Amino acid sequence: MGKNELSPEQQAYKEKIKPLQPTPPYFVNCLKAFLIGGLICAIGQGITNFYITFFNFTEKTAGNPTVATLILVASLLTGIGVYDKLGQFAGAGSIVPVTGFANAVTSAALEHKSEGLVLGVATNLFKLAGAVIVFGAVAAYIIGMIRYLFQMVL
Amino acid sequence: MKLTGKQTWTYSKPLYINATGTAVGPEEAAGPLGETYDITFGDLHCGQENWELAERHLMEQAIDACMKNAGKTPDEMDLFLSGDLINQTIIANYTARKNQIPYLGMFGACSTSMETLALASALIDGDFANTVLTAVSSHNATAERQFRYPTEYGGQKPDTATYTVTGAGASIISSKPSPYQIKMATIGRVLDLGITDPFDMGSAMAPAAADTIATHFEDTGRSPSDYDLIVTGDLSAVGSPILLELLREKNYDLSSNHQDCGLLVYRPDQPVFAGGSGCACSAVVTYGHLLKEMKEGKLKRIFVIATGALMNPMMVQQKETIPTIAHGVVIEVADGGGV
Repeated sequence: MGKNELSPEQQAYKEKIKPLQPTPPYFVNCLKAFLIGGLICAIGQGITNFYITFFNFTEKTAGNPTVATLILVASLLTGIGVYDKLGQFAGAGSIVPVTGFANAVTSAALEHKSEGLVLGVATNLFKLAGAVIVFGAVAAYIIGMIRYLFQMVL
Repeated sequence: MKLTGKQTWTYSKPLYINATGTAVGPEEAAGPLGETYDITFGDLHCGQENWELAERHLMEQAIDACMKNAGKTPDEMDLFLSGDLINQTIIANYTARKNQIPYLGMFGACSTSMETLALASALIDGDFANTVLTAVSSHNATAERQFRYPTEYGGQKPDTATYTVTGAGASIISSKPSPYQIKMATIGRVLDLGITDPFDMGSAMAPAAADTIATHFEDTGRSPSDYDLIVTGDLSAVGSPILLELLREKNYDLSSNHQDCGLLVYRPDQPVFAGGSGCACSAVVTYGHLLKEMKEGKLKRIFVIATGALMNPMMVQQKETIPTIAHGVVIEVADGGGV
């Protein structure tokens, strides 16, 4: 049995069970993701405004403390066992924002605490978030190169 | 001949489940069968430092309860058959390190519960042991961490996913009479119908259960109506209708007497997706609820089929399909109450 090559019997089984399986509620999931994702971003905007109004930040410099605050809050929510429930409800809505990245790192750290600080926490910290960093860096490099080429041509 | 037909064992000695012990976590204790367990824990840690210790504690507690219920001590056991879901079955290994009973570690994923029961009976029937202790365990957090994501990770699971039962079930088998007699076992073969989604075990395992059940009927000449209850381990709300459909095609109608431990163990309003799964799922439901029903005379003859998905995350990432297996054991109320 090779990978990805299903026998006729396996194909027939897949077809047969289709009507017996629940269909994922795509629309409701999208709506929840939109609402919670939007809410997280709105809270982020509120935090940005707060830093600009009360702490002399500009629109440009308020970004860093805003992200740091969101990461802190998401990590705390992960620690007290709330963020995984939010994630089950909101799906992409709570995974895509920076809070989802914080949750991926914090949950891995918590999970591997039992194997010690070095081989447990430090080794596994980016187990889930590592892919985001790798592809983030690769994508940034490619986009940067494209932009550089456009600048040379135009 | 003890081998009946192709895959069924008919035990020649009268063999009995002398005592059982169950220990479960919070979600199971809050479920509809909460009253039927010997020991319940209010939190997933079960008072231990980490998840693996928590699962080991559950297995030890289930065994302690079983010993107490039987009025026996570990040194009276000839053999310990045990397994769990964690790499190298370390929960069972470390429990065996403590109880010092001669040990055979077993792995059949979630089918391990009936695998241990069937083999324990066969070994006694073959005079290799007089009294055998079996135990299986699973823990929601150890399973999440090994097979899926960190427990606090906020990924979304589909409705076809199952929720690993936190618990452990133990039993003592011997030829000393008790109300519950083990009559037969049907050993499954590995089936793979091409399912690749680890969040849809019900669809993956239903064909294995159907195959073992149909083979059991062919081997024994029995039909579904010979059983008060035919209960599967953890097919959940997704796999159960598929099982009924697959057996209907072979002209076996189970619609009136089939149930699934994964659906019995939780209430529909608990956050468990399609239902419960794990070695402990079939073990705690059988050793707790089902035997109690037999004792009360509500059930006389049951066929318990524990289903297992024999994969690991590496195989899933390599895009391999999921092989599955199912083993069934026939338990009857002993003639004359067995005493």
